[in-house]
Amino acid sequence: MTTPAISPGASALIEGPAQRGPSASRRFAQAILRNRKATAGILILAVISFVAAFPGLFTNINPHAAIYDQQVGPSAQHLLGTTQVGEDVFSQLIWGTRLTLLITVVVSLAATVISILIGVTAAYVGGMADRSLSLLTDVFLVLPTLPLLIVLTAYLPSGSLTITAVMIATSWAFAARQLRAQGLSLRTRDFLEAAKVRGERSSYIIIVEILPNMISLLVASFLGLAVFVVGFAAGLQFLGLGNSTELTWGTMLYYSQQNGALEAGNAVWMLAPGAAVAVLGTGFALLNYAFDEIGNPALRPVRRRRVKPSA
Amino acid sequence: MRYVARRMGLFVLTLWAALTVNFLIPRLMPGDEATAVLSRMKGVNPAALHALQVEFGVNTDQNIVVTYLQYLGNCLTGQFGLTAARVPVMTDILDKLPWTLGLVGVTTVIAFAIGTMVGVVSAWRRGGRLDSILPPLLFIVSTLPVFFVALVLLYVFAVTLGWLPLASNYGLGSTPSLSLAFTWDVIVHAILPAATLIIVTAGSWIYTMRNNMVTTLAEDYVRMARAKGLPGWRIMIDYAARNAILPNLTGFAMQLGYVLGGSILVEYTFSYPGLGYLFYTGTTDHDLPLQSALFLVYTLAILICVLIADFASALLDPRTRDA
Repeated sequence: MTTPAISPGASALIEGPAQRGPSASRRFAQAILRNRKATAGILILAVISFVAAFPGLFTNINPHAAIYDQQVGPSAQHLLGTTQVGEDVFSQLIWGTRLTLLITVVVSLAATVISILIGVTAAYVGGMADRSLSLLTDVFLVLPTLPLLIVLTAYLPSGSLTITAVMIATSWAFAARQLRAQGLSLRTRDFLEAAKVRGERSSYIIIVEILPNMISLLVASFLGLAVFVVGFAAGLQFLGLGNSTELTWGTMLYYSQQNGALEAGNAVWMLAPGAAVAVLGTGFALLNYAFDEIGNPALRPVRRRRVKPSA
Repeated sequence: MRYVARRMGLFVLTLWAALTVNFLIPRLMPGDEATAVLSRMKGVNPAALHALQVEFGVNTDQNIVVTYLQYLGNCLTGQFGLTAARVPVMTDILDKLPWTLGLVGVTTVIAFAIGTMVGVVSAWRRGGRLDSILPPLLFIVSTLPVFFVALVLLYVFAVTLGWLPLASNYGLGSTPSLSLAFTWDVIVHAILPAATLIIVTAGSWIYTMRNNMVTTLAEDYVRMARAKGLPGWRIMIDYAARNAILPNLTGFAMQLGYVLGGSILVEYTFSYPGLGYLFYTGTTDHDLPLQSALFLVYTLAILICVLIADFASALLDPRTRDA
């Protein structure tokens, strides 16, 4: 039997036949609540999602109204100062939340779906299909993502749609490899043999029998991708590769860099969206870290110091 | 031997894929759009535009297979055409290469060394003071966007405190030489970009190394070593760390892709004139030949590192050799 190379974190996420019902989900919810990192992560994401859903509750200034004093620092009226054309930075930060979060979630979800399609199929079907899909995954894993993105965005029309599509196409490979490894280890389980003997179709087996047993790895993949995508999308927009007419934290960074906000003594304009990106990324990262600990008890922090074996 | 051959196969295939992507992208666009992109290039006269149209397969009736083969041949011999400023692409790239190579190479080695050592020690002293502070903290820091770390460092140490230079690779007054003063100037200019890259990469090395060590320390052969009464440092290094480092070696190449991508953002933020900065100026000038060539250079750099990591893990782990 082949021993797939999976990370120690992933190997512990394999569960038995899917446990459904309230008891399993309640136990999981309890584990999340008891983990301080997870609670902090959920809190951060909840607040940001709320701001994205109801930006109007936090500011009544139009983010595109260039009617105020230009390049001034924070004040009572403009909490984070104004831009070079006199827009309110705080209002831009609030209204920019929506598209920033949307791009992150859409890219991470879509890339997870692609990694399922490729990784799990490769593991389940095996043989020649597995070899060619694995090779495809390896090639995408090695191709340098940011340079590829820069080349692609140079030819494609600029905009959030392009960035989203290109990021989906370039970020699925790592998760696909993990899912394949996990799938390989599931393949010989009895409940799958039983399903095959029952004469179920492959698509049924993959969707109903395999995927529910990978749910924790899928969530982990999604979270890992989200951490990556938040910074990556902002980085692209920061370089000016996004659509600079759309309001995101990344485009705010682009404009502040273009107008020399740091040197002009208006650092808040640049540091605020940067910090927002960092906080969103941290929210996903905390959840991801906690998820590893919940899934793999060996990694949980030990409360008391162990007695030294040599002593 | 089969292992090495298979990895070489991946090398050739990926390189070919990168070349083909480069070849296809301009051709997949509608012809007039390609011309539009080409005409946006800085200062292109009609004759040069025609040369570029031939290069990108626009408005020509040449057989696409023939062009493709010609293109592959040109790439293999390092002929990437001219940049928008009418300089051979290779000259421009070779000019900037040492700066990026130095920056990325040194920071990767430092980050790997720090991360691996801290990871090993914190797993060994599990639950200790070092273990409860450094790994979680650096893991969170390593998920921060590269450019944000760069901006904060730039703001604190260059703009506010004024301890370190704002930008560039050496001072305006300096002339490149092997003198001590010039070397010092280069180091001072490299501190902030290097610190950024180390800060964002060390954390993930610590994280994976620590988790691998935790798993390895529970193995029977470690218990065996303890039973034999070996000194602690020998168990930590020769028994546990040697095995725990293997997944990190494979992760090395993947990490490198991230570091190279990050170095583009870092060089942009600090206006550090390496390959990444060249790449950025290529996007603002719509300098397509330059961008395609740089994409190939980055791919090749990663592929070479993947190969080195493969050979290293074959050396350290006999099991991979006949896998």
